[in-house]
Amino acid sequence: MADSRDKLLDKYEAKLYKNRKDHILSLEEEGGTPKIAANTRAVPGVMTARGCCYAGCKGVVVGPLKDVCVITHGPIGCGFYSWGTRRNKARPDEDGKNFVSYCFSTDMQESDIVFGGEKKLEKAIDEAVALFHPKCVMICSTCPIGLIGDDVQAVAKRAEKKHGIKAIGFSCEGYKGVSQSAGHHIANNGLMKDVIGTGDRAPKTKFSVNILGEFNIGGDGWEQERILKRCGIEVVSVLTGDGSYEDLKSAHLASLNIVMCHRSINYIAEMIEEKYGTDWLKVNFIGVQSTCESLREIGKYFGDPDLIARIEEVIADETAAIEDDMEYFRSKLAGRTAAIFSGGSRSHHYQSLLRDLGMETVIAGYEFAHRDDYEGREVIPFIKEDADNKNIETITVTKDPERYHKRQPSSDIETETYGGMMKTMNKGSIIVDDYNHFETDELARRVKPDVFFSGIKDKHSIQKAGVVSKQMHSYDYAGPYAGFKGAVNFGYDLVKSLYTNAWSLVKPPWKNEPMLVGELGTGGESNA
Amino acid sequence: MRQVAIYGKGGIGKSTTTQNLTAGLGEMGKKIMIVGCDPKADSTRLILGGLAQKTVLDTLREEGDDIDLDAVLKVGFAGIKGVESGGPEPGVGCAGRGIITSINLLERLGAYEADLDYVFYDVLGDVVCGGFAMPIREGKAQEIYIVCSGEMMALYAANNISKGISKYATTGGVRLGGLICNSRKVDGEAELVQAVAKKIGTQMIHFVPRDNAVQKAEINKKTVIDYSPSEPQAEEYRVLAKKIDENDMFVIPKPMQIEQLEEILMEHGILD
Repeated sequence: MADSRDKLLDKYEAKLYKNRKDHILSLEEEGGTPKIAANTRAVPGVMTARGCCYAGCKGVVVGPLKDVCVITHGPIGCGFYSWGTRRNKARPDEDGKNFVSYCFSTDMQESDIVFGGEKKLEKAIDEAVALFHPKCVMICSTCPIGLIGDDVQAVAKRAEKKHGIKAIGFSCEGYKGVSQSAGHHIANNGLMKDVIGTGDRAPKTKFSVNILGEFNIGGDGWEQERILKRCGIEVVSVLTGDGSYEDLKSAHLASLNIVMCHRSINYIAEMIEEKYGTDWLKVNFIGVQSTCESLREIGKYFGDPDLIARIEEVIADETAAIEDDMEYFRSKLAGRTAAIFSGGSRSHHYQSLLRDLGMETVIAGYEFAHRDDYEGREVIPFIKEDADNKNIETITVTKDPERYHKRQPSSDIETETYGGMMKTMNKGSIIVDDYNHFETDELARRVKPDVFFSGIKDKHSIQKAGVVSKQMHSYDYAGPYAGFKGAVNFGYDLVKSLYTNAWSLVKPPWKNEPMLVGELGTGGESNA
Repeated sequence: MRQVAIYGKGGIGKSTTTQNLTAGLGEMGKKIMIVGCDPKADSTRLILGGLAQKTVLDTLREEGDDIDLDAVLKVGFAGIKGVESGGPEPGVGCAGRGIITSINLLERLGAYEADLDYVFYDVLGDVVCGGFAMPIREGKAQEIYIVCSGEMMALYAANNISKGISKYATTGGVRLGGLICNSRKVDGEAELVQAVAKKIGTQMIHFVPRDNAVQKAEINKKTVIDYSPSEPQAEEYRVLAKKIDENDMFVIPKPMQIEQLEEILMEHGILD
């Protein structure tokens, strides 16, 4: 595998090689955490798979909030292409409000750029409020907004006064930071400043949690909620898949935060802990084994014998119900290899599920993760800040003297920690940060994993090269893949794909016949 | 058709100088259009006798395709045509983008008639972003005059604008025609401006003395040549017009390092 890494890097010219060699590792020992370069600028010319700051803020974090009118302030393309593409599902609560299927945009034109877009934005908010009566409006800025200096926060303030609702402006212009990661941070800050802590709806039960960094792609969050509910654990709010402004306001009153996607939401987890004392626990509900472990950890945190017993009952019942299916899938999949290129957490999470199915992950990479997502949070103090990181807004929160409450977990359980992806991977695995199109194609060709999980664009080139590819960003048209029932869906889909790999049966015409026909210039006599 | 852009530090008298000198050219029988590239839209006030027309960008704001050149292009003193780009109020939107949009729109509207002798672009302040360099891009103004005085900041700005010009000069055909000294009655002013001009590789094309006649004419919304044609100051503008009409010194400027510029200022005693 080290060989594949070297051969891959060989193709790069000197300057690019120097940059990329620190982003691509071949693990020399199991459980080791070599240093990886991450969260830095992509080199011009490489087809990086990254998104932008706006995509991180609107597309990932605030977009899924169902009772919020999220207005994209900018030309129409950003709004349209971030509409519905993440497959973050939502069902309305009692208030009947669900705006997730809508797309709100100010559709800025040239004259709005020249004369400023604030008036148009105000009008857009007026219209959205008149038509949909949301309790909250969020404004997500696209690139030109930052250039022309529209003051979206001031517009939000005026809208709050005028309509008596909550309105939040996000300066998440696409060019900020090096990837969508900047947008997650900006969104986290806004939700922490203006939403979390403004409600007072107390949890009904003793064991209450927020699920952080679960975006309900294909219904993943619903499966997690179903399981937690069965165990007697109350879900106060979800950030942000099928989540709501209404629930989020009282998120600080939950007893524990459980974190799925560490990259996109760890800021809020940290800030809630600092301000309100709520512990957070990194969990993984992707995979049967890891779901069981996560549930047991939560049980251990609360330390309640009844809860622990109930969790064990649920685990026994759920695993028994899927055992036959999982056994069958395992018989079809065991021994196969996988590659996963995803955004910030799935490349780690899915390795557990693949292990359940007897598969090994041999290549894993993130689009926009930071070093802690690879190496573990223990490296955070050693991450060198550069100008790009420093350019992103950070906020500091302080202990809320009246509402701070530090719970004592009843057993010695480690909270506020995450070990990262690399420690769980086998020797020889290849790790790629900020992967690009060339590296994807080359690794698929050289390493030949049986299945290559990737994104919506790269998926097609991989698939047509004859390697099975599944879209891990929004699951193509399927899901949920989380929890117990999701594991079965995943196994079913994977078997289906691997056993009908149509593209591997197709030989393109240029492999069998010449595509160019030439003639020798011998005065009329032609040769094919 | 000669296309001329006038640059210079904010408040130095670009609009005043442009309109007074074009009045001189107008008197000579030249056909002229002034394109105001300033959101304040006051570049044609003296020629048109007040703020008369709609700005080009106003037409963009209005929906519908019935855009009429007559609404934005007005004829004033000596047959000089005036248009104003217009733009956003201070503190909002993007004035630079406004200038780009407006010049494109003017071309589409057919404002650039073949029988024009001169088009003058009166551009606000420093070249702060791409938009303000629009008039000197390929196919637009070929010659530039920088209005300055013997004051330090005016010369700093002139040097800085030269940097912008040299950047565009290597790709397009734009050249610097000279510095116009709009006197502020600084000691040794003419010599200093001449020295700076020489260093940059250009000339001080004319020294326009300070005269209250300009102020008087402005209050009456007129150029000096129009309001008080027999004043000595009117003659100064006629001379400037003639010099520009006959100018044949067009250079790619060689902007100075700040240290160099400060040295010259020191030599001429400005930093005493």
